[in-house]
Amino acid sequence: MVVTAPATPASPAELSDALRATGYLPDDGLATAAFLAMRMGRPLFCEGEPGTGKTALAQAMAQVLGAELIRLQCHDGIDASQALYDWDFPRQLLHLRALEATAGAGGAALDTDAVEASLYDRRFLLQRPILRALTTTPSVLLVDEVDRADDEFEAFLLEVLTEHAVTIPELGEIRATTPPLVVLTSNRTREVHDALKRRCLYLWLDHPDVQREIQILRSRLPGVPERLATQVATTVAKLRRAELLKPPGVAESIDWAQALQLVGATTLDVDSAAATLGAVLKYREDADRVRDQLDALLAS
Amino acid sequence: MMPGRPVLTDEQTDADPIPGLVGFTAVLRSAGLSITTDRVAAFLTALDELDVTSRLQTYWAGRLTLCADPDDLPRYDMAFDAWFDPPRGGGTRIVDERPPPPPKLASLSVNQDDGGESEDDDGEQIKATASGNEVLRHRDLGDMSPAEREHLRTLLAMLRPEPPTRASRRLRPGRHGEPDPGRTLRAALRNHGELRELRRRTRTRRPRKVVMLIDVSGSMEPYADSLLRFAHVVVRRSPASVEVFTLGTRLTRVTRELRMRDAEHALHAAGKAIPDWSGGTRLGEVLRAFVDRWGQRGAARRAVVVVFSDGWERGDTAMLGEQMARLSRLAHRLVWVNPHAGKDGYAPVQGGIVAALPYLDDLLAGHSLATLERLLRVVQHA
Repeated sequence: MVVTAPATPASPAELSDALRATGYLPDDGLATAAFLAMRMGRPLFCEGEPGTGKTALAQAMAQVLGAELIRLQCHDGIDASQALYDWDFPRQLLHLRALEATAGAGGAALDTDAVEASLYDRRFLLQRPILRALTTTPSVLLVDEVDRADDEFEAFLLEVLTEHAVTIPELGEIRATTPPLVVLTSNRTREVHDALKRRCLYLWLDHPDVQREIQILRSRLPGVPERLATQVATTVAKLRRAELLKPPGVAESIDWAQALQLVGATTLDVDSAAATLGAVLKYREDADRVRDQLDALLAS
Repeated sequence: MMPGRPVLTDEQTDADPIPGLVGFTAVLRSAGLSITTDRVAAFLTALDELDVTSRLQTYWAGRLTLCADPDDLPRYDMAFDAWFDPPRGGGTRIVDERPPPPPKLASLSVNQDDGGESEDDDGEQIKATASGNEVLRHRDLGDMSPAEREHLRTLLAMLRPEPPTRASRRLRPGRHGEPDPGRTLRAALRNHGELRELRRRTRTRRPRKVVMLIDVSGSMEPYADSLLRFAHVVVRRSPASVEVFTLGTRLTRVTRELRMRDAEHALHAAGKAIPDWSGGTRLGEVLRAFVDRWGQRGAARRAVVVVFSDGWERGDTAMLGEQMARLSRLAHRLVWVNPHAGKDGYAPVQGGIVAALPYLDDLLAGHSLATLERLLRVVQHA
């Protein structure tokens, strides 16, 4: 990877251009949100339907800033030892045994303080995503699907995100020289506590309109002919209005266009659509319903 | 009208925009958004980084810092248009959606008519005696006098529902379970590196989610008020793990309203939030809306789902069956509470309940306090 120090964008418009250059097409609100997150040092809290580009935004921002993307996938019961740091206990035990063996051979007693200091050394520290983001500059920390974690974890996250510092009892405080850009995403399976939202910029992401989706398809898949991209985008827009169990997101329309391209289709017709429907609809009930109505769906 | 309504044009140069912007946040607050001082500060900081004379950038600065929920967005848009762009003669159409202040005295006084002229019919006055409570526990909720209803509220408020629990993935030190390397090492260190015993850690238990879906259509009207009060008690007991929705011609989430401490205050707010009180039912469609928007995304996953309804379905019962099937695949336990189920001669023959029956774990009665207590036990041990 070519390491260039990218100039920090000075306005939302500049950031918008920079994001565009990475292949992520933002609208005004999104560019403003990302710009403010950068300048105000606040986490960006993204909510929206699955597949509206929440995670992709963090990836694009990492590219724009020339920063490392560090991802923390939240799940039920996630705790500090999975998010922050843990000690490498097997290695610590081995180290302790080794110390004893040398001391035993020499006939000298172990100095407890010295042993402890050498045991809780940074080389035995396992950095988990949040600590890694604090010690890596520059970095983008993506806290994915924070709604899957529980309240205790939220409170803990709040503390770290406000202080940009972590205290490890055995080592002391570790503070970020430059705080990472933090992007939190949520699918709204649960209401995230207001205290956490208050520290963040709140961005609600909708599905893009047809024109922007065509642009996204064209920029993500340069090989896809414009006609096909237009057809995919308009059909997906219709599918989103068709009251499906799982309306397709942008990720699905990209998959679909790619699948069509791979099977050699240049236009979207009933045959090619039926053959590749699995790329865009992920429920059997949805696929059955749509397959029956493909003619009507592709007409016009 | 508040001072300093700013006009976003290029002519604007000298005037201090801050009073106008803060005035805007006050409008948002009265429109029901949760505007705190730190949010206002963040809004001003954001504008500092942006161009305050640009309408679009002002819009986004506010939307990003002052909103916290998709429900806030339409209200924000309306307030923004009204405040920064009043072309229609300035008549802002922002309604104060905050509930009125709670009554000073909650309605706890059963015998408030004592000493005065009683409005009740003879024999209906209830003394708060144990035997009276026992009778009331078995009375039909839909067939109560106002005085009995009052008394029922106190009895409902005295319920102590225990939430069901599930195994958590979180660990805490314990005597059994898997080894805990951290604590083992620290203990060894205290013994000069000698490993004397293995420390262990064990799984904790967490409250399991409970979802209550309450039918508020016309045929359920006699029960709806008591059921919402019941839901309020359950929500207050474990606010983080209980969700309440009402079903009618549409789906309404009332969890937020029911989290308020005072029962009267909460019920009033919930009543205002429900637009289709005692209307028709389209159970199938509304359940579908629930599963689509909430259930499938996580609200119903591994939860105890309780549906309060008499099962009168005007629409197609196939749809209801389909949605109950989806719900039963998501939920840990699916319970249907029918106020008529406890009555003599009841048989589950209504179209809706027949369609739902194959997917239910329990079909319970729910017409009296005693049956609701039984429901709580079923939920607790789900």
